[in-house]
Amino acid sequence: MAVFNLTINKEDYKVDVDPQMPLLWVIRDFAGLTGTKYGCGIAQCGACTVHLDGTAVRSCSIPVSSIGTQKVVTIEGLSEKGDHPLQLAWEETDVPQCGYCQAGQIMNAASFLKDKPHPTDAEIDNMMSGNICRCGTYNRIKKAIQLAAKGGDHE
Amino acid sequence: MSNATMNRRNFLKIGATAGGGLLIGMEWLAACHPGASGPATMQTLNAFIRIGTDGLITIMAPNPEIGQGVKTALPMIVAEELDVDWKKVIIEQAALDTDKYTRQVAGGSGSVKSSWAPFRQAGATGRQLLVNAAADKWKVDPAACTTEEGVVYHKASGKKATYGELAEKAATMPVPKDVKLKDPKSFKIVGTSKTNYDLKDIVTGKQKYGIDTKREGMLYATIVRPPAFGQTLVSFDDSAARKMNGVSNVVRFDNKIAVLGRSTWEVMQAAKAIKAEWKDDGTLESTDDYKKNFEKTLAKLPDEPKRKDGNIKKGFAGAAKIVEAAYECPFIPHNTMEPMNFFAHVKDGGVELHGPIQLPEKARNTIADKFKFPKEKITVMTTRMGGGFGRRLMTDFIEEAVAVSQLAKAPVNVIWKREDDMSGGFYRPMALYKYKAAVDANNKLIAWHHHSVGVTGNTARENNFPAGAVANLQVDTHEYKSPVTTGPWRAPIHNYIAYSEESFLDEIAHSTGKDPVQLRLELLAQAKANPVGKVDYDADRYAAVIKKAAEMAGWGTNKPGVYLGFGSHFSFSSYAAQVVELANVNGQLKINKIYCAIDCGIVVNKTGAMNQAEGAMIDGLGHAMYGELTLTKGKPDQHNYDTYRLIRMREAPPVEIHFMENTIDPTGLGEPALPPVAAALSNAIFAATGQRLRSQPFIKHEEVFSMQKKTEV
Ligand code: FES
Ligand code: FES
Repeated sequence: MAVFNLTINKEDYKVDVDPQMPLLWVIRDFAGLTGTKYGCGIAQCGACTVHLDGTAVRSCSIPVSSIGTQKVVTIEGLSEKGDHPLQLAWEETDVPQCGYCQAGQIMNAASFLKDKPHPTDAEIDNMMSGNICRCGTYNRIKKAIQLAAKGGDHE
Repeated sequence: MSNATMNRRNFLKIGATAGGGLLIGMEWLAACHPGASGPATMQTLNAFIRIGTDGLITIMAPNPEIGQGVKTALPMIVAEELDVDWKKVIIEQAALDTDKYTRQVAGGSGSVKSSWAPFRQAGATGRQLLVNAAADKWKVDPAACTTEEGVVYHKASGKKATYGELAEKAATMPVPKDVKLKDPKSFKIVGTSKTNYDLKDIVTGKQKYGIDTKREGMLYATIVRPPAFGQTLVSFDDSAARKMNGVSNVVRFDNKIAVLGRSTWEVMQAAKAIKAEWKDDGTLESTDDYKKNFEKTLAKLPDEPKRKDGNIKKGFAGAAKIVEAAYECPFIPHNTMEPMNFFAHVKDGGVELHGPIQLPEKARNTIADKFKFPKEKITVMTTRMGGGFGRRLMTDFIEEAVAVSQLAKAPVNVIWKREDDMSGGFYRPMALYKYKAAVDANNKLIAWHHHSVGVTGNTARENNFPAGAVANLQVDTHEYKSPVTTGPWRAPIHNYIAYSEESFLDEIAHSTGKDPVQLRLELLAQAKANPVGKVDYDADRYAAVIKKAAEMAGWGTNKPGVYLGFGSHFSFSSYAAQVVELANVNGQLKINKIYCAIDCGIVVNKTGAMNQAEGAMIDGLGHAMYGELTLTKGKPDQHNYDTYRLIRMREAPPVEIHFMENTIDPTGLGEPALPPVAAALSNAIFAATGQRLRSQPFIKHEEVFSMQKKTEV
């Protein structure tokens, strides 16, 4: 057990846990932020995707001890009012079915759009193929990403 | 549903809300099940429309939401007949709360189908009630009043009043009888697109699922179960687990051991530290054993056929040509993205249940039986589900949660690791299908024999096409008993039947030199003109989707460089036909597109329906391509997504979907678009390569078809 100080969505959290505990479970069970989902626990499905200093990572496979001072952003903190261009595009495209995978999909897309604001279809395929959607909403996810990308810059 | 059922006296109740608004209660279940008896009181009604004096309309939806969109679609039906502005509609999920709602269930593809008539009736009654209230107030004839978007008008006098203004008065009026339903042609909400009601919460991470449930004093729990089907627990050592951080208790029940503690990960880690000894009787089977034993089973016919038309022996004796083929289908887990979980709190001689369950009422009954709690002491709240696909029709995960809460004397959320979820059973059953068909000298199909075996009660849908179109037809099935648990999996049995039958029809077409689409249309024409035995489908509607899908894909127009495969199927009272279009790009086959025509009657919510159909096709495609769970001595070989492959974005092709336009009452939609796709794909592969894929998953025949290369072409 050890004490860790984390910044999640601009708030400070202090947790006393096993250094090996994956960030996912610190976020869910200790910070009480449940928008980040558990799907596989082995970096295969993308449901647990969050941002570490702006970059998408699989929080199920990163021990809390390796976070240090990096800033954690979860789906709850992606935008103040739920109006990130991807969130709006997701709404306009009516993407979700069950919705369980969607936080991870949006977080993954938000990070890669920063580097590639105008991706091709093939680039979207490649960047998003680490995120499973069991309901099969892939075509709508792709459409929503294209829609958000058309809208302009993503800092 | 008959009109007699609809007109039941106690189907609707009118009352006033605390704030002076109007409350219309629907005894939804009684309306669906004529057998339900006893007069309803406001307390026992299980669906509500509330019209506030502020004009806001609240509709409570009784059906659990598993991603199929009923939470949005069902209120659309009410809003249509009520004639209100959709933007003023608020939807609330109704709980199975035994204090309030006594008879509440939900089904799969049947939600819209069974709610259509009562929900329309309720909406129309509400509208008439408001019109009557206005007419009474204005001393005019109700028939001279009209409504539009929540306002009643009397054109002659220029009077108008909003529903909100009329709600208080309407609550005191008698329930109108014989209300008129709208002509479907004048629908303004039904048939349009309304986005998923929970959309905003989902994209901002606020939406709660069962796995997110946390309460004061609650412990997380995870369970160690027998690693192989058919094993029992001999003994275990939990000394190491008990010493681990965050672990507060270990309890044993049945053949399982539960570890409880303050966080999910800590109990999952501790579960790995439990040393358990298991035993079995030495007869546990592996995948190859099933294959061998299925063959042995099919060496004989069962005592009784499931269906028998004419005489197949005679049919085969008079054959000019006989075609035979066998198709194999593997076990498949559901793999809902949200793993199984449930919250239970045993207290005061009862239990509070909260979580993802497709059949809340069944859950309560099962728990009442098994744990001897009085039913009224069991409450069930249904959460939005991270997928169902049939897995959440089971109650095993709830029974476990109750047992753990009872033993640990604490509220618990039992969460399954992905590994536990995947190896936890209730799979789509493994099965083997053998078909034999005869054609006469005129190339007419004169005999058909379906002979199948699987780890399930009935591997056939015996009244489905081509039954009805063949003079001599016999359906024989065997149940193969196994300790591996099986259960419904999206479009149960239909998924394998459609794959095997529709591929076999393609084989018949090719071996008799017929066009596959033409063969089906000829058979349907025959079933219409001269049906043999009982037939569940409507031959005209069936033929119409076949023609439409063929037309969409340009079937028969000789498109250079592409190969087409056809598949169609009737399930849940709906019709679906699909064409898979493949292109050969540098020696690699790639799916260009899948075309689909569906007839599910009136489409309530276009965007939701499109999403469902598209998802079902991609789901069906993915599982046909990659889905297989194998066993070694009763133990699943795949446990997580590193060894079990699900379709990903780069493998999902574009799809084009057409809904047949008609005014027939809606039928199932969550499932019917799934079954045809595997056959359409395998038939397209045959068209391209001459290779017939007679077993799933298709990826095992990688030499013929590799979708992995798709993005590189
Ligand atoms: S839960 Fe982290 S990738 Fe699946
Ligand atoms: S929407 Fe259900 S898993 Fe993606």
